[in-house]
Amino acid sequence: MQPPMLEMRNITKRFPGVVANEGVDLTVLPGQVHTLLGENGAGKSTLVKILYGLYQPDEGNISFDGSPINIDSPATAIGIGIGMIHQHFMLVDTLTVAENVALGLGKQLSLTNLKPIRQRIEEVSEEFGLRVNPDAYIWQMAVGERQRAEILKALYRNVRLLVLDEPTAVLTPPEVTDLFVTLKQLTADGRGLVFISHKLNEVMEISDEITVLRDGKVSGHTRPAECTRESLATLMVGRPVELTRTLEAQTPGTPKLEVHSLAVRGDRGKLAVEDVSLQVHAGEIVGIVGVSGNGQRELAEAIMGLREIESGEIAINSQQTSTPTPKQVRQMGLAYVPEERMKYGSIGDFTVAENLVLTDYNRPPYVRRGVLSLSAIEQRSKQLVDDYSIRTPNTQTLTRKLSGGNIQKVVLAREFSGDAEVLLVAQPTRGVDIGAAEYIHQQLLTQRKQGKAILLISEDLDEVMALSDRLVVMYEGAIMGQIPKQEATTEQIGLLMSGVS
Amino acid sequence: MRWLLRPFAGLAVPAAAVIAALLVGVVLLGVFGANPITGYRALFTGAFGGPDELAATALKSIPLMLVGVGICIAFRTGVINIGGEGQIIMGAILATLVAIALPDVPRPILVPLVMIAGGIGGGIWGAIPGALKAYSGVNEILSTIMMNIIAGFFMSFLLEDWLIAPGAIKIQQTKRLTPNADLPILPGGTRLHLGIVVALIVAILGYLLLFRSGLGLRLRAVGHNQHASRAAGMKVELSITQALALSGACAGIAGAVLVFGSESHRLIGEGGPLAFTQSAGFNGIVTALFGGLHPLFTVLSSYLFGGMLSGGISLQRAVQVPQALVIALNGVVVVFVVSSLLLQNRVRRWAEGEVQMEDRA
Repeated sequence: MQPPMLEMRNITKRFPGVVANEGVDLTVLPGQVHTLLGENGAGKSTLVKILYGLYQPDEGNISFDGSPINIDSPATAIGIGIGMIHQHFMLVDTLTVAENVALGLGKQLSLTNLKPIRQRIEEVSEEFGLRVNPDAYIWQMAVGERQRAEILKALYRNVRLLVLDEPTAVLTPPEVTDLFVTLKQLTADGRGLVFISHKLNEVMEISDEITVLRDGKVSGHTRPAECTRESLATLMVGRPVELTRTLEAQTPGTPKLEVHSLAVRGDRGKLAVEDVSLQVHAGEIVGIVGVSGNGQRELAEAIMGLREIESGEIAINSQQTSTPTPKQVRQMGLAYVPEERMKYGSIGDFTVAENLVLTDYNRPPYVRRGVLSLSAIEQRSKQLVDDYSIRTPNTQTLTRKLSGGNIQKVVLAREFSGDAEVLLVAQPTRGVDIGAAEYIHQQLLTQRKQGKAILLISEDLDEVMALSDRLVVMYEGAIMGQIPKQEATTEQIGLLMSGVS
Repeated sequence: MRWLLRPFAGLAVPAAAVIAALLVGVVLLGVFGANPITGYRALFTGAFGGPDELAATALKSIPLMLVGVGICIAFRTGVINIGGEGQIIMGAILATLVAIALPDVPRPILVPLVMIAGGIGGGIWGAIPGALKAYSGVNEILSTIMMNIIAGFFMSFLLEDWLIAPGAIKIQQTKRLTPNADLPILPGGTRLHLGIVVALIVAILGYLLLFRSGLGLRLRAVGHNQHASRAAGMKVELSITQALALSGACAGIAGAVLVFGSESHRLIGEGGPLAFTQSAGFNGIVTALFGGLHPLFTVLSSYLFGGMLSGGISLQRAVQVPQALVIALNGVVVVFVVSSLLLQNRVRRWAEGEVQMEDRA
C-alpha cells in the first residue's frame, strides 16, 4: 500500500446557520480516482474549495505527501501541485490555448515569446493524447476541446492532484469516453484525481474509491466492486431509491403536437433551429437529446410563443399557428415546464399558493368579477401541495425559500394539474436531488399513462433514454435522427449528438 | 435575538433613517445659530399640537397619500413613475375644464364628477409613457420626467390665455370655479375637507386592487418577474401600461383635490408648477417607499410627511431660520429614507436568516 498523497482529516466548516462539512475525511492515493458523490448542498463543493484554498476549515487538518500543510490560498494549492478544473472553464475566450497557458503561469508570464510554451504544450498533449492545437482561439473551440485545454493548462504546471468538478456535465457520450481515457492515463502516471459527479453510471465506471456525502457528513465510503448504483443512491439520499423506470407498453394516439419545418433564430441572430419537424402523439413521450446549446432551448421557446418563429409553423390539438403567444398556446392546450424554473417557471417572491395559480388566476373559481377568491386559491394550493408532496411549511411561504426540487414540484403541479393535453417539459430534473428526480419521473410517466402528449427536452441522456418512447437527436439546430426507444443505443445516440450521422 | 427583533425589521431601518436625518438637522440648525430643541419642539407642536394643526397636517398629506398609492401600484408592477407632477397637473386641468363646462350640475354629482375627471386626466398622462415603455422600450424614468415638463408648460400656456380669469392680467389663474364643485368642509370646526375621505377611499381601493384582485396579482407578477409572467400567459405590455395609467389616475385625483379643496377654489399656475403641486408628485414617491409600497401604510407615512411640511412652517417661525433650510431638512429626510431602502432589504433578509449563507452546491 502506497502512502497517501492527500489526507484531509476531520474537516469541519460552518457557515452562519449551516454546517457545510462536519468531520469529513478524504484520502487520495497516488494513481487513484477518488469520487466525491452527493446531492446538491451535501458539501462536495465546500470540501474541494477548502482543498483549493478558497475556504479555511474551522476544524481538521490537511496533509500532502505526508506532511501537514495549511492551504491558505489557491496560490499555495497550485504551488504544491493541486489543480482544479472548474465546471465553468477559466479560459480567456479571445486568446489562444498557448496564451491561456502562459497567463496561468503568473510570474513567468511571457506573451511575447510563446515558442517554448507551444512546444511544451505539444509534448504534453502528445503524451496524454489530449489533441489540442496550441494556436487555436478558445472561442473557436467546442466544449470538449476547451475542457482538454483546461486540463492541459493544469498538466503544464505539473499538477499531481487534479480536482474535476462535474467534468462530464457538458460533454457528449463520445467526449466522456475520451475524457475517461485521458483520466486513466493521468492516474497511470501516478497522479491523483478527485472526481465530482452525480451520474452514477460514470461514477461506477471511473472510480477507484467513492466517498458519499450527505448533509455535510460522510455517509459512506466504498468501491465500485462493493456497491451498486442503487446502494450509492441510497447512501446519497438516505433511503432506498428506485432508479430504473419501466415504460409500460402503450399505443400512441392521434398527433397532439406537430412542428412543421420550423426555423428559429437564436439570441445572436443566427438560425438556432433549422427545418425541424416532429410530431408528438397522445400517450407518448418524445425525448429531445443533444448537447446543451444545439437549439433545444430555442425550439421550446418558439413552441411556447416566447421566441419569434422565422418560418414554419406549429400545431397544438390540430390548431395551426406560426405566430404563437404564450396565452394562445396555453388556450390551445399546451402546458410548459421551462428549463429555468426560477426565471421562467415561477416567481420567487410570490407565495407557493400564488405560484400554483399563476396560469389560472384569472379563471373561476379563483377569481369572480375581478375579485380573487383567496379561499378557492388556498383550497386548490393545499390540494396540490398534498398531491405533489411539495415540502413547504405552508402555502403562504415565499417560493424562493423552498429547495430547488420543491420549487420544481410547484411548477410541475401547476402545469400538470390543468387540462392541457400537451406537455412541453425542459430539463425537469436539472439541479434537483435524486429523491425529487425520482418523483418527477414518476409524474411524467403518470401523465403519459393518462394520454398526455409529452415533449421532453433534457441534457441528461440517461433520463431521456429511460423515459422516452422515441428519441429525437438535435445537433446544431437540426434533427440528426429520430429513433424508436427499442432500437436506440448509447453509442449511436452519442455519435448523432456529435453530428456524425 | 433574531426572533425578538424580527417583527420590527421592516420598520427599523426607515425609522433609523428619519432619526439620522433629524440629527443632521440638528447640525444644520446649529450652523444657523438656532436652538435645535426649540426648533424641533415647534416642528412637533406645529404638526400635531392640536385639532387645527392635525387638520392642517392632514390637508398637506392628502396629495401625498393619493400620489403615494399610485406609486405603490406602479412600483409593484416594476415601473418607476417619476411623472406624478405632470399627472397631478393634467388631472387638475381636466377637472377644471369639467367644472367650467358644467357649472350648474348639483354638488353631489359634480364633486364626484370632477374627481373622476382628475383621475382620467392623470390616467391618460400616465398611460402615454406606460405604452411607450411597454411597446417600444422607452425608459419610463426619462419619459415621465419629460411629461412633467410638458404638463407644466401646458398649464402655463392655458392660464396665459384661454383659462385666465377675466381681469387678472398677468396672474396665471382661472376665475373662481363653480361652488358646486367645492369639496365640502368636514364637520369639526377645522379646515379639513372631503379630500381626506377621497384619499382614504383611493388607498383602500388601491390595497384591494393590488392584493385582492386578479388584475393586482397580474401586475405584481409582472413586477416581480416578467419572464415567468409572460410564460404563464400574462400580457406583460398591457400590464405595464395599465399600471402607469392607474398610477397617473391616482395623481390626477390629487390634482383635482388641490383645485377644489384649495381656499381660492381655482387653478393657479402662478409661481410655477411646483407651487401648485406642492411637489407632491415627488414627495409621494418618498411616502410610498417609506410605507413599504403598501397603500395603507403609505397613508400613515404620508401623514407623517405632511406633519413635516406643516410643522416646518412653525419651526421656521420659532427659530427664525430661512425657508430654504426647512426645505433642505425635508430633503435630507428624503435622501436618508430613499437610500435606506437598500439597507432595509438586507435587514429583512437578515431577519429571515438568509444573509451570509454561502451556497453549498
